[in-house]
Amino acid sequence: MTDDDRRDAVTPQQRQEPDSGNAPAVPAAGPAPAGEPEPPEGQPVPDRFEDPGLPEHRPRSTDRDPRAARRAEFQVAALFSLSVTGTLLALAAYYTVQVEDDLGVAELLGRLRLSTLLLGIGLFLALFCVGAGVVHWARRLMPGEEWTEHRHVLRGSDTDRAEARRILADGAAESGLGRRPLIRNTLVGALALAPLPAIALLRDTGPLPEDSLSRTFWRAGLHLVRDPEGGRIRPDDLVVGSVVHVMPEGVDEAEHPLEERAKAAVLVIRLDPEDLDQESLGGAHEGIVAYSKICTHMGCPVGLYEQQTRHLLCPCHQSTFDVSRHCQVIFGPAKRPLPQLPLTVDPEGYLVAADGFREAVGPSFWERG
Amino acid sequence: MSVTDEPAATGAGGEEIGVPDGTDRGTGGPSTAGPAGSGGTRTARAAGAVGTFADERFGASRIVRGFARKVFPDHWSFMLGEIALYSFVVLLITGVFLTLFYVPSVAPTTYEGSYAPLNGQQVSEAYASTLRLSFDVRGGLLVRQIHHWSALVFAAAILVHMFRVFFTGAFRKPRELNWVVGVVLALLAIFEGFAGYSLPDDLLSGTGLRIASSILLSIPFVGSYLSSFLFGGEFPGEAFIPRLYTIHVLILPAVFVLLISAHLFMVVLHKHTQYPGPGRRDDNVVGYPFYPVYLAKAGGFFFIVAGITTLMAAVFTINPIWAYGAYDPSPVTAGSQPDWYMGFLDGAARLAPGWWEFTAFGHTVSLNVLLPAVVLPGVLSIVAILYPWLESFVTRSRREHHVLDRPRNAPTRTGLGVMAITFYLLLLVSGGNDIIATQLHLSINAITVALRVLVIALPPIAFLVTKRICLGLQRRDRDLVLHGRETGRIVRTEQGEVYEVHEPIDERERWRLVQHQAHRPYEPPSPDETGSGNGHSVTVRDRLRSRLNRFYFRDRVDPVTPAELAAAQASGHGTGPGHGTGEGRSTEAPSTEAAGTTTER
Repeated sequence: MTDDDRRDAVTPQQRQEPDSGNAPAVPAAGPAPAGEPEPPEGQPVPDRFEDPGLPEHRPRSTDRDPRAARRAEFQVAALFSLSVTGTLLALAAYYTVQVEDDLGVAELLGRLRLSTLLLGIGLFLALFCVGAGVVHWARRLMPGEEWTEHRHVLRGSDTDRAEARRILADGAAESGLGRRPLIRNTLVGALALAPLPAIALLRDTGPLPEDSLSRTFWRAGLHLVRDPEGGRIRPDDLVVGSVVHVMPEGVDEAEHPLEERAKAAVLVIRLDPEDLDQESLGGAHEGIVAYSKICTHMGCPVGLYEQQTRHLLCPCHQSTFDVSRHCQVIFGPAKRPLPQLPLTVDPEGYLVAADGFREAVGPSFWERG
Repeated sequence: MSVTDEPAATGAGGEEIGVPDGTDRGTGGPSTAGPAGSGGTRTARAAGAVGTFADERFGASRIVRGFARKVFPDHWSFMLGEIALYSFVVLLITGVFLTLFYVPSVAPTTYEGSYAPLNGQQVSEAYASTLRLSFDVRGGLLVRQIHHWSALVFAAAILVHMFRVFFTGAFRKPRELNWVVGVVLALLAIFEGFAGYSLPDDLLSGTGLRIASSILLSIPFVGSYLSSFLFGGEFPGEAFIPRLYTIHVLILPAVFVLLISAHLFMVVLHKHTQYPGPGRRDDNVVGYPFYPVYLAKAGGFFFIVAGITTLMAAVFTINPIWAYGAYDPSPVTAGSQPDWYMGFLDGAARLAPGWWEFTAFGHTVSLNVLLPAVVLPGVLSIVAILYPWLESFVTRSRREHHVLDRPRNAPTRTGLGVMAITFYLLLLVSGGNDIIATQLHLSINAITVALRVLVIALPPIAFLVTKRICLGLQRRDRDLVLHGRETGRIVRTEQGEVYEVHEPIDERERWRLVQHQAHRPYEPPSPDETGSGNGHSVTVRDRLRSRLNRFYFRDRVDPVTPAELAAAQASGHGTGPGHGTGEGRSTEAPSTEAAGTTTER
């Protein structure tokens, strides 16, 4: 392949000759595309225009004028020098702008920003000017004439193909693969089965899901505590319209606190009991309702509560739930209402779960039913 | 002069081997042909020794001869792929730096560092190390921001490059497989970006992972198992960040390097495509030699891309994880947005209505998650991968295509491409519906409903409009060829006739406007006129091809033929009085005989 390429590369000098060598100027010389109409017989006018060929090379000012070339040379050198300046600036910034431990937040962020800015601008100059200089060099001072190289169809010649076919057939015959089906079949079987252990080995990447998606940390009698500040809640702490982010008491001492928190997060909202429908009132305590905060669409925390409309909005995909109607979906990509956590109070008057969730919280899954 | 020095520098003068002089040019100066040792400067002798060493170890001279002067065409749109490539190199370099400080673990630790608001907090190692890397490693934040900006540029450059290739028909034979490699690279870029986005274990990245796990959960039959195996149990678990790290820094980069190598290898093997123009044909390639011109331009461009990305990172803060806080499944994340390349999937998820989820036979099927997040990207990729074969099925073109199409000359393809872009952009906009709502004080519900309608209705309209525009542009090309350029010079003849003088365009400019081949609708072969001589009856395949063909080529504008130009000039239209009314005439149905006329539905 390389031999052919070399032979076919046409230098600019050669190209100046009219239709030199292997460069027919008529475009139709290539294989005609399907559907191309045949040129009508005996027509004096050609069917298509002819390719006029490459235009004359127009020398650049740097080709004609040595002073322009000299100027370009200086420009390139100036860009390279600017790059050196950038490198020095970056190094200077690295050693002079320090981010110390004992700064206030605003000052720390300001210092960090300054450090990033100076380092970055230095590095930008160092890199960009090298690039701009080299490109300028190539465009203004390196030869500006275009070259022409021949392309070959990628397929081999018919002889190549016949030879290749023969070699493949010979090799296959030599291996005896066709004649010895026993070898072939057992090999296929062996290769098909060999990856099985690899797949089996992946089994221990995680436990089977079992009922983990349907369980949460909540169970009857568990206290509601504020999240993240902690502290049990009395109904009197909540005025109508207020909303509290809640976790079950003791969740941080669980074996896997993050996993439990990811399922147990709850929003507690106090409404006027008259605003709640019958279904919601079932698990409510004096107008206080608790709903899972994990969106039934894709599991984001549904944390945006709109007091006037009593709507909960998920910040990820804008599913909207109506708290006064048992957290039914009223808009957006979620389908199921947020599960309700039934509430009651313990003898000391603190809010506790009357029961766990009665269904799986969070996004849907196949086995959910 | 640097050119004639080159062969000496690349290994002229082996003692035993006559190393080629100036390779392709064949005009190497006499100084280069002399054997080494017979003189020359010290550097030349040293270079000769290196060259000899390399040549005798792996035949360097042949490699130089074969490849150093390969010709690459020049066009600004060819730099889009280069931007992607160089962004990838920047990603590798900055990524290595980040691995020196990042700890891929969610083991709880107490953050102690410069950022006071989080000091003493219990956070994961991943988050704490990302904070340290940002605040306490000098230049760490800069490198992190270069890495993130590069990732955004990488994905954007791939996408735009892909559309350049699509609109110019560069995916046609023999480059179909390179197109497939490109589509796979685009997909992997999205995965890789998402993996990187998730590593700092901040609030946003954790929310992104939560969504990823719900997408896994939505897959029928195996969803909860997949999620459990990937996360090593329940979400978020302790296994996922280290696993994601391996995927992000080892597996996917290795696949990238492999596929990018294949991509570039095929570019060299096929030789680059070129835009149509005088002297540019399917059997040649016109451009600059790789060494030294293209090497300098491409190498320089790497530094330009790296420099500009660095400037962006220096000036614009990106992903300030300290402001979001560590991941915790319960806090609110209002206005949470993924990186832009995930935006279209996020938007699709926002548009899907909830009633797509249903329960049957005791199992839940969440089509509201499955369709936008799994099926949509899958179908889009498959359609993209198969498109080259679809088009060659329609055109029945078996030859190699190396001269690119001007997008206007392929109106249906261009229309389809703009349709795809419209669809994509609408999904992207949907991904920001909450931002639009808060910025413009509109109802989020109204915006979402409107977008649901638009995402269905607008793409076909975009297709039709684009196709019309293409046909119009083609007609303008015809007009230019037939009547020349308007000069603005008004002439009144002795008879009192007033016309504007039109200046004929030169033949090189004309060639650009007439060089393309217009496809004609394909008629299924009728048994009596089969050229192939098989005499077989019309198959379903033929009918399908014929129907698709009509869809593609029913509306078309043929390039001007010499006969038409001669006719136009003879009738005095040529460079004389202005616009004729004769050309651009419409005829009913595809009349294949009427060469050179405009055919419209």
